[in-house]
Amino acid sequence: MKKVHISTTINGDEVDFLCEPTQTLLDVLRDELHMTGTKEGCGTGDCGACSVTLDGTLVCSCLVLGAEVGDKSIETIEGMAQGEELHPLQQKFIDHVALQCGICTPGLLVASKKLLERNPDPSEEEIRYWLAGNLCRCTGYQKIVEAVADAAQEMRSA
Amino acid sequence: MDNLRYEAADTLAHAAQLIAAESGDVRVLAGGTDVLVQMHSDMIEPDLIVDIKNIPEVRTIQQEDGGWRFGAAVPGLELMDHADFCAAWPGVMDGVKLIGSVQIRGRASVGGNLCNASPAADSVPPMIAASAMATVFGPNGSREVPVQDIAVGPGKTSLEKGEIVVSFSLPPRPAHSGDAYLRFTPRTEMDIAVVGVAVNLTLDDAGICTAARVVLGAVAARALLVQEAADALIGTSVDDAAIENMIQEVRAACRPIDDKRGTIEFRTKVAGVLAERATKIALERARGA
Amino acid sequence: MAPKPGSFSTSIPYEEKKLKIVGTEPADRPDAVDKVTGRARYAADYNLPGQLIGKVLRSPHAHARVLSIDTAAAEAVPGVKAVVTRDDFPDMAVEHAASGELMINFKDVTRNMMAREKVFYDGHPVAAVAAVSESAAKKALKLIKVEYEVLPHVIDVEAAMQSDAPILHEDQFTKGVDPTPEKPSNIATRIESKLGDIEAGFDQADLVIEREFRTKPVHQGYIEPQASIANYTDGGQVEVWTSTQGHFVFRAQIAKLLQLDMSKITVTAAELGGGFGGKNNVYLEPLAVVLSRKSRRPVKMVMTRDEVFRATGPTSGTHTKVKIGVTKDGRITAGQAELNYQSGAFAGSSVPMAAITVFTRYDIENVLVVGHDVTCNRPKVAAYRAPGAPMIAFGVESVLDELAEGVGMDPVSFRLKNAAREGTQTHYGPKLGPIGFVETLESAQAHPHMQEKLGPNQGRGVATGFWFTLGKETSATLNVGEDGTVNVIMGTVDVTGGGRSALAMVVAEELGIPTEKVRVKSGDTTALGFNFMTAGSRGTAAGSMATVKASRDAIQKACEVAARIWEVETEEVVWEDGHARPASTNVGDFEPLSLADLARRAGALGGTIAGHAELDVAMGGPGFGTHIVDVEVDRQTGAVKVLRYTLVQDAGKAVYPKFIEGQFQGGAVQGIGMALNEEYIYSEKGTLENPGFLDYRVPVASDVPFINTEIVEVPNPMHPYGIRGIGEVPIIPPIAALSNAIYHATGVRLRDHPLSPPKVLAALDEAAPAIAAE
Repeated sequence: MKKVHISTTINGDEVDFLCEPTQTLLDVLRDELHMTGTKEGCGTGDCGACSVTLDGTLVCSCLVLGAEVGDKSIETIEGMAQGEELHPLQQKFIDHVALQCGICTPGLLVASKKLLERNPDPSEEEIRYWLAGNLCRCTGYQKIVEAVADAAQEMRSA
Repeated sequence: MDNLRYEAADTLAHAAQLIAAESGDVRVLAGGTDVLVQMHSDMIEPDLIVDIKNIPEVRTIQQEDGGWRFGAAVPGLELMDHADFCAAWPGVMDGVKLIGSVQIRGRASVGGNLCNASPAADSVPPMIAASAMATVFGPNGSREVPVQDIAVGPGKTSLEKGEIVVSFSLPPRPAHSGDAYLRFTPRTEMDIAVVGVAVNLTLDDAGICTAARVVLGAVAARALLVQEAADALIGTSVDDAAIENMIQEVRAACRPIDDKRGTIEFRTKVAGVLAERATKIALERARGA
Repeated sequence: MAPKPGSFSTSIPYEEKKLKIVGTEPADRPDAVDKVTGRARYAADYNLPGQLIGKVLRSPHAHARVLSIDTAAAEAVPGVKAVVTRDDFPDMAVEHAASGELMINFKDVTRNMMAREKVFYDGHPVAAVAAVSESAAKKALKLIKVEYEVLPHVIDVEAAMQSDAPILHEDQFTKGVDPTPEKPSNIATRIESKLGDIEAGFDQADLVIEREFRTKPVHQGYIEPQASIANYTDGGQVEVWTSTQGHFVFRAQIAKLLQLDMSKITVTAAELGGGFGGKNNVYLEPLAVVLSRKSRRPVKMVMTRDEVFRATGPTSGTHTKVKIGVTKDGRITAGQAELNYQSGAFAGSSVPMAAITVFTRYDIENVLVVGHDVTCNRPKVAAYRAPGAPMIAFGVESVLDELAEGVGMDPVSFRLKNAAREGTQTHYGPKLGPIGFVETLESAQAHPHMQEKLGPNQGRGVATGFWFTLGKETSATLNVGEDGTVNVIMGTVDVTGGGRSALAMVVAEELGIPTEKVRVKSGDTTALGFNFMTAGSRGTAAGSMATVKASRDAIQKACEVAARIWEVETEEVVWEDGHARPASTNVGDFEPLSLADLARRAGALGGTIAGHAELDVAMGGPGFGTHIVDVEVDRQTGAVKVLRYTLVQDAGKAVYPKFIEGQFQGGAVQGIGMALNEEYIYSEKGTLENPGFLDYRVPVASDVPFINTEIVEVPNPMHPYGIRGIGEVPIIPPIAALSNAIYHATGVRLRDHPLSPPKVLAALDEAAPAIAAE
């Protein structure tokens, strides 16, 4: 299949890639750019493991075509930590044991980060509903909710 | 799909021209949350994808003639973030807020929800209840179509080849109007309506219902506007007896199927339950407005 | 006389001592940072130079004879480098082996990974392709022509047991029946477990209740789809990176299925994105290896979610009957159960394991359990966290709830009165050792949850669970670096993400050094002796047995080095607080030597300090738990809202308590999902209707409440730290607990899983006149 050429920005870096028109942003990230931090759990937008932001909007990268993302700004899990310094959410996920197998973790972190940008002081219910698009099969969600609430508190007082 | 092409249109005319020129299967891409799923599961194998979301008309929200107009490709999240629109049409927003997850609502639009033509689409019953009109653009120019006439059956619309839904207009609301949408799903989020009910009411100063629209989702091949259910409310104070009559009409109108998401019996019964609950919310909103 | 199995298995008696590290929080978790930054590498994240993409063609039929397969057109697609079918794999004779908690038969395994004579389920592989791109591979799949003769199919377990049911295997005659029947049957095996005199037991009872229960198949629902990448080198070496719970077992199976020497195969367990028993079986691995051999390129295969649901192991759907008798004062006199479990396309469900858990939580003198393993046109079932136990616990705990009410006792007191304790004779064989079941019940009874007030349409349910702690082959190697830091190579797979930390904590405790000086990683299959599947809650329990042995082996060597430095006998050196010290003042006045001191000098004094263990760990230390749940039922829609949930479980010794809480919470939420909304739905044609996360409804964050957890610690006497397996028990009680809670909220008992809104509403409507009449 004939590929198309796309120029865009990912985690602040200018990036060029070629992709087939059927390839999703997720395929591009993982298979063309080898940015494998973004995970595929379903390919149909039902699990949230592939969450990224596209021009600041939280999306499932499996439901975005690679061909659509020219001249956009994309943020993935790889852009979350600043050098060696983890984002407070990343640190709180570790502290609260909010991850077990970890396959859903990048998507949950990207989604949680977006939540706290929109709502720095979410209630437990708001956290649970915001994260309802991110499936986790290991933790039962409780420690994730606790970690997000704790990170929010820390970020508010910072 | 072996030679799929992707084209982004920047004007309506451009989109119409691209679609008209393609002899194979064309899909219009707005948020993509249905089209990409269907491609992923090989349900569709398009030859051309026309991305319309860069066309200004499909992305704007504005007040118009005392009512509202919003683009068909406006993502749900943008509507949710529009405080004035949310205040004006809370029932429409009840539906929009239930589409998929946060991630899905970041992309999915009311236009896409409508044109995907699923009988279970959450934004469609409240839009019909709101008497929304769709502006459709195609090779023969523009036309205005009531939203209830767009989807005609699962996956099927009344749109001609080359036609796209550009935007929706919602009429001005009389005083004491309120709308609401409720659906039943086994999960709290990330689910498909087993039944959905939208109610839109207007009361007079004495609290008597002067206008009503009751719309059911997922109980037939397309969303059902049930005039008999509305008639049961009009002229009443929307008291328990009127609501009971409305429930009977709602259940009588249901013609659902048994499928993986629900049974005929369950859907019919719950349609009545949700109709009552949605009516009470709409009533409360109407009294407060 | 041949030694009995288990005669040479290892256990270390419990050592009561003050602990510094075990039972705390580790300073860091070796896997965690890479997981939160996205750098942890799961199987699908591996790429090799020149790799091809492999895809599988799957049967659209539930049951059909495969008459012919024509791959010519597929092979002609540009970019296609290899196509394989049944002709590329050797046939296998009947040969059974353990693969986790379930048994496999190589004759069936080869047919499951690639259909031979027949396809047995929607999604059964019939061919596989390797091509330069996914699009080329998918194009080729569409061009493979398979001629099928469609056969009648059977999905449901009760239907499959009928004598006129469509038969899957003409050569399958029910085992365990004397004499062996002459007519083939879908009932592969009948098993029986007996204790006492069942009839006499029921004669002693004042109240006997017998009920039937049905459960739908459910899937493990791990978020990471199966993925494998295989490289068959030109020199005949095989390298595989894969998502597995047991790479050594996978190596053995690949070797057997492809008739290769084990020594030529290296399997690496990638970071695992959830398994829960579902990654105990090979699916893609042998296909990827053969595609690689044929194409002479590395081949990467990743399942879609649809493939995961259609073709990897869900659980059995079940039909069970439970009959229990009690005396007026609440003493259980007899328990009887029939377990009819689907095994899917090939024999080998969890029914043997499930059968021995049926009544094991209670002290019952007269027991009869009969089980049937039943083939039907569904994917071959796989283990799922306490495989088979939640379904029969649903039956037993529901009947117990009815009996408790019948004799006027509260549910916890009734269970306490009959609870199994140390010395209780099980119906499957051994007497129980020290266990913590009573403690979990007492703790539940005293829990503040029990005092929470319930409103209208709200109810509280209680149920309990029991599961084993598997031992089996476990190896570990411990190498002390010249700087005194320690590498541990473990052979089990860290299926939870906390396993590496737990093992590091145990090693640090043994050696007397800080946990952060110990790094644990999983070795590939060339690094260690054989390790059994990480199954049966054995990861930390058995894994730590091996690391304790390896630590003590290394300490012995460290003491030898100290003895050489001090020029004394090794027996005159002791290891305390991370240092070698003279055993007494008689030995001499020597400054204690740290592990780092010794490691630095060990090279010239006999060689590196290292320790090994290659064990067959003894099975032991079963786990018990008690759950309490409150629900609210919407009587108009049948929706069940879980209001609050409390779980109490005996962990023996909690090595990393916060992680154990997470295991408890995760297991309970899986159980809640299983109970309320998860189910496999088949069309009349026998195809799966809900192979995706939209219609296979695992719980989302907003569906579940906080899960209170309480850890009870009654040490496992067969483990030096008292550790019991903890991973599986939490999933057992939820279906029963929720069903009991729904009853107490509404007066209606549900015996047909899932407890989904349509079923709840139908049951409420059916019962409405009767309840109104009361």
